Amino acid sequence: MTADATTAPTSLDDVAHDPGVAKPDPILVVDDMRKRFGGVVAVDVDRVEIQRGAITALIGPNGAGKTTFFNLLTGFDRPDAGHSRLDGHSIDRKSPHTLARLGMVRTFQLTKALSKLTVIENMKLGAVGQRGEHFWQSLASPLWRGQERAIEERADALLARFKLDHMREEFAGTLSGGQRKLLEMARALMTEPRLVMLDEPMAGVNPALTQSLLEHVKNLRDEGITVVFVEHDMDVVRDISQWVVVMAEGRIIAEGPHESIGANRAVIDAYLGAHHDAPLDLAEEEEWLEEEA
Amino acid sequence: MPVIAAIDWGLVLDQTIQAGLGVDAVVFALAAIGLNVHFGYSGLLNFGQVGFMAMGAYGVGLGITLWNLNPYLSLLVGVGFAIVLALLLGVPTLRLRADYLAIVTIAAAEIIRIIARSTAMRPITRGAEGLNEFAGDFYALNPFNPSISYGIGPLQYRGNFFFIILVGWIITLLTVLFVWQLMRSPWGRVVKAIREDEDAARALGKNAYWYKMQALIIGGVIGGVAGMVQVIAKATVQPDTFVPPITFFIWTVLILGGVGKTFSPVVGSIIFWGLLAFTENMIRQLVFEGFIPSTIMDANQVGQVRFMLVGIGLAMLMIFRPQGIFGSREEMALDDR
Repeated sequence: MTADATTAPTSLDDVAHDPGVAKPDPILVVDDMRKRFGGVVAVDVDRVEIQRGAITALIGPNGAGKTTFFNLLTGFDRPDAGHSRLDGHSIDRKSPHTLARLGMVRTFQLTKALSKLTVIENMKLGAVGQRGEHFWQSLASPLWRGQERAIEERADALLARFKLDHMREEFAGTLSGGQRKLLEMARALMTEPRLVMLDEPMAGVNPALTQSLLEHVKNLRDEGITVVFVEHDMDVVRDISQWVVVMAEGRIIAEGPHESIGANRAVIDAYLGAHHDAPLDLAEEEEWLEEEA
Repeated sequence: MPVIAAIDWGLVLDQTIQAGLGVDAVVFALAAIGLNVHFGYSGLLNFGQVGFMAMGAYGVGLGITLWNLNPYLSLLVGVGFAIVLALLLGVPTLRLRADYLAIVTIAAAEIIRIIARSTAMRPITRGAEGLNEFAGDFYALNPFNPSISYGIGPLQYRGNFFFIILVGWIITLLTVLFVWQLMRSPWGRVVKAIREDEDAARALGKNAYWYKMQALIIGGVIGGVAGMVQVIAKATVQPDTFVPPITFFIWTVLILGGVGKTFSPVVGSIIFWGLLAFTENMIRQLVFEGFIPSTIMDANQVGQVRFMLVGIGLAMLMIFRPQGIFGSREEMALDDR
């Protein structure tokens, strides 16, 4: 974690607002990534760079390929072609658990709380490099008890920060939807990541909790952790992201700070349709009305 | 009530306790501990636990009859056989969804039995006749006098049997301790996480495939040990003792005790076999004393009727206490969320 948090946001000022543009200090670089599902090209990204220490939003209409792109990057799905590098090292064909150990952790659109584990067990699971997770060593408690205690302390500190400490001994399955989102994020931090990939972290969360989640995401950046997140709510995107990447039909169609995105022709076309303001002729209009009815 | 007075309750109780702590109870307790590692803790759907028992049984049998090994080494052969089966089942299926393992295990257990009893395998496994000349080496280790009964109170077993049962329960106790230690360690936390959501575990840096493989091997080896205890006690390896219903009895024992709890397989097995002996002895006496007329059932049907009654009892248990004896309803309710 070499990024200087205070300069990271400003360092994107000189970057051109073009799709696939080079960044001054990229942590993640993706080249020529393709994925087809049958006849549908789900992802077709020529190049994208993610700036270290910044919060990057990945937006796009439904079906744009955002989650598939996430899955390809985090090893949950294999691309048909393409390369990606984390801190300059190739991460092609790496499995999800290897990527997590390399410091790239993700959360899921549908929250994955481990229901029949307690909140604290959920947290402790997140720590990587645990001696007691090896079969033979697990049989001798003295080999892992000390490390377990250190992990527990770290977990408790995070739980306090995410205001989940009162739920410590409860089963994660008893948490509310919003608390699960918090737990998932806190648990991801237990892996001590360099890069956090959040798939719709605010989906289904009430406005009050959204604010606290936003604060947590900003805190991550302030600690020097790079954040990439998928989001539909433009207020959220405006609030926390330094850089926005727009996907449509599998391609990156625009990049830039959020101010430049709203006015971008390609983005408007992607969300509203390329001919949304073109005059319809009478026959077309009638056909359209019939479909509506 | 003349019906109640007619039954020799002392005898029924003796038989019940003897069966509840007998060889079958040991064997099914061990097999269910293995299944608990698979299903209860790791979420692996194994419908062929009897296959692991068969592998352990044939391993120990062949170790002595075919390769002339000493008893201890032949036990290791049984363990090795169970590991081989776990690898054969796990390598192709553990990357796939949970149902695939279920399909493969149920088929594999039958394949093992059918191959073992085939005429082509006769030179090695002696086909349907089975292996019969191997248990002597184990009974030679028996420090108890085979012609004297040992035990306390109603628990009386002949020397050889007493030896096997004693060793069997010691192995069971050690296995319970082993699984308990494993499941309270970080290793256990990982397999439980995989049971709950495999992708979440993978996203947190856990190699789900490898952990599932380890769990399959560990539970399979424990199943293999169950098979070894069984065939040594019966002094014969018969292919047709390893039929699919055995797997379902093991499941019954596990669910009766409560899935995913340390002692549930042991208690489940004791209750299961105790209950079968209890109903059998009670009905047999009622038929014998004429309280149940032969138009309803005769003494030859007692064996089948006891399964019906125990079946009804288990169905009631599932209705009124679906979590089993040790299970927690609170935990079970989380599944529906």
